[in-house]
Amino acid sequence: MSSIFFIILRRMRAPLIVLIVIYAVSVLGLTLVPGVDATGQPAPPLSFFHAFYFISYTATTIGFGEIPNAFSDAQRLWVTVCIYLTVIGWSYSIVTLLALLQDKAFQNVLVVGRFARRVRHLQEPFYLVCGCGETGALVCRTLDEMNVRFVVVESREERVQELDLEDFKTDVPALAADAMSSRILELAGLRHPQCVGVLALTNDDNANLAIAIATRLLNPQLTVLARAENAATVDNMVSFGTHHIINPFERFAEYLGLAIEAPHTLRLLEWVTGLPGSQMPVPHRPPAGAWVVCGNGRFAKPVVRELADHQFRVTVITPDASEPVEPPLQRVVGSGVRADTLQSAGIVEAVGLVAGTDNDVNNLSIAVTAKGLNSDLFVILRQNRVLNSPLFEAFSAQFTMVSSRIIAHESLATIITPLLATFLGEVRKHPDEWAATACARMEAMFGNEVPQVWTVAINAAEAPALSDHLAGGHAEISVLLRSFHGHDEPLEALPLMLVRQARHALFPADNMPLQCGDVLLFAGRGHARDEQRTAVVNANVLAYLLTGREGSGGWIWQRFERRRSR
Amino acid sequence: MNLEKVVFAFFILLAATLNFGFFIGDIANPELHSVYELFAAIVVSMIATVLKFGDRTQIGAIHLATSLVADLQLIAAALTWAIAVHVTGVGMTAHVTSSVVSMSGGALFANIVSVVILIIETVMLRR
Repeated sequence: MSSIFFIILRRMRAPLIVLIVIYAVSVLGLTLVPGVDATGQPAPPLSFFHAFYFISYTATTIGFGEIPNAFSDAQRLWVTVCIYLTVIGWSYSIVTLLALLQDKAFQNVLVVGRFARRVRHLQEPFYLVCGCGETGALVCRTLDEMNVRFVVVESREERVQELDLEDFKTDVPALAADAMSSRILELAGLRHPQCVGVLALTNDDNANLAIAIATRLLNPQLTVLARAENAATVDNMVSFGTHHIINPFERFAEYLGLAIEAPHTLRLLEWVTGLPGSQMPVPHRPPAGAWVVCGNGRFAKPVVRELADHQFRVTVITPDASEPVEPPLQRVVGSGVRADTLQSAGIVEAVGLVAGTDNDVNNLSIAVTAKGLNSDLFVILRQNRVLNSPLFEAFSAQFTMVSSRIIAHESLATIITPLLATFLGEVRKHPDEWAATACARMEAMFGNEVPQVWTVAINAAEAPALSDHLAGGHAEISVLLRSFHGHDEPLEALPLMLVRQARHALFPADNMPLQCGDVLLFAGRGHARDEQRTAVVNANVLAYLLTGREGSGGWIWQRFERRRSR
Repeated sequence: MNLEKVVFAFFILLAATLNFGFFIGDIANPELHSVYELFAAIVVSMIATVLKFGDRTQIGAIHLATSLVADLQLIAAALTWAIAVHVTGVGMTAHVTSSVVSMSGGALFANIVSVVILIIETVMLRR
């Protein structure tokens, strides 16, 4: 704010001095030019007071007339000069001020100032989202749906303008600036006491790296989540301790491996990390046999590795003849968009195809051509741009890899519910049959819609009513699964995990007794989450859920009830 | 030599000297204190104030503050004068004159501080 003030003062120096000089000359002139009285006799000139009064109303074009007496001709001559002088002075000042307001640099200062003020005044915990492209927008929308505050820094001006038009529930401060600058990060609240985490989601690895290291140095307590698409960047980020690094290509390859090996585990993963409210995809299991992979970039490499690890015969189609290929793999040089290349790679005998170049049109073309040659193919498509979704949906491949979606799911899951990472780790240790029963329970409760996932910590700060009750009483998990609208009405929520000290219990039974200090992970609908929150905080609601009877809040009624029950 | 520095120092010194010229003389005698001199002091002091706008250094801030004090005192003096002569009609009695002149004395002090800062700044940044 003060910098804006100083800029105005500095730029207005010349016009203000001109104005002062013009006023001084005009007033001085009027105090020197002799006047005339009512009888036509020469009278003394105006005093300073009257001269200043006259010039003030004349210069501002208010014009009360000749006060206090009618002027002499000499005075009128001088006043004529004054009128033109002051008009010039005022016009000059106003034109300068208008030019200043139109000035790009000045407007930028105004915008940055307003943004910094809005960030400073944030009272709730918030996340700093750097980069609001396809991925960032997806993350922002979901954060907003979950009532989490966030601040956006994005390098492209038009993206920020689009963000302003989005119908967010909360007020979202957004700035078009380079997030690689630490000054911008600080303005965006990197050192704000309420800032809880930084999400570096730009599509530039270097920028993400710069954001991660700036956060590490300026505010080491913050959780940093960074997107990295090159192995070198990942290593670099690991070296200085970035908390969560998301490499969408590696992550997809891992999912593919799970899909081959343990499809139900993957399905359970999708249940809990999907975007709340979206539909679950139809499950598919990649068949064993010969595979054809088009492309040899960041995407195809981990996929080929994963397929080869599962003893699949892989043929790679790549335009680059210089790259070495290890013996079990076979290679065909060329582009997969041509039928003869696909045929020489053995598409007719193959069971699966991966179209993984960095061009969406080529990927679709490869897939369509290959399907024409072998209609039973299992197709894995890489989609680079969200804009092309209608085309990819029309083709309906068994797997479509959209890196922005993977990043968004992953970052939201780890940021919003840190306990989820533990849960996912535990799930991976269990056999696939176990995951199959878990999936069946999820499907029975939520149908085909991805639920929200949240944690409930049973402690004095977050669940005062429940922890008070547990100090002397008994409660089971089932108390958190009943609606307060009716004692017998179940909530649409499923306990995923109970953490007690260092032990984890997955899918705990409803009659498991609770203890103070427990942390629970739930999956469920948004309203179930809200009801639970009310129940653990409000002692009367909790009493109703425990006993099924409406309790009394007031002291007199409590005494009265006790006497009656005695 | 920097023209900006010349103009700046010129106005600061002129404000102080004009102020001194008005202030000097028997405090209660209106004959010795010309209203034109007060007018000139106000105008020059205001120009000096505007010249100090926009300097974000510590010294710049003190400069601006002293100028604002001087302006305030001089305008108060002018107002007293105008009220005595035009509003109440008391005229320039010894009491009114002495209060006008003493107020300009306060402004003079602020102007002297301004000059001192100017000299300190010059000595500090010998170039």
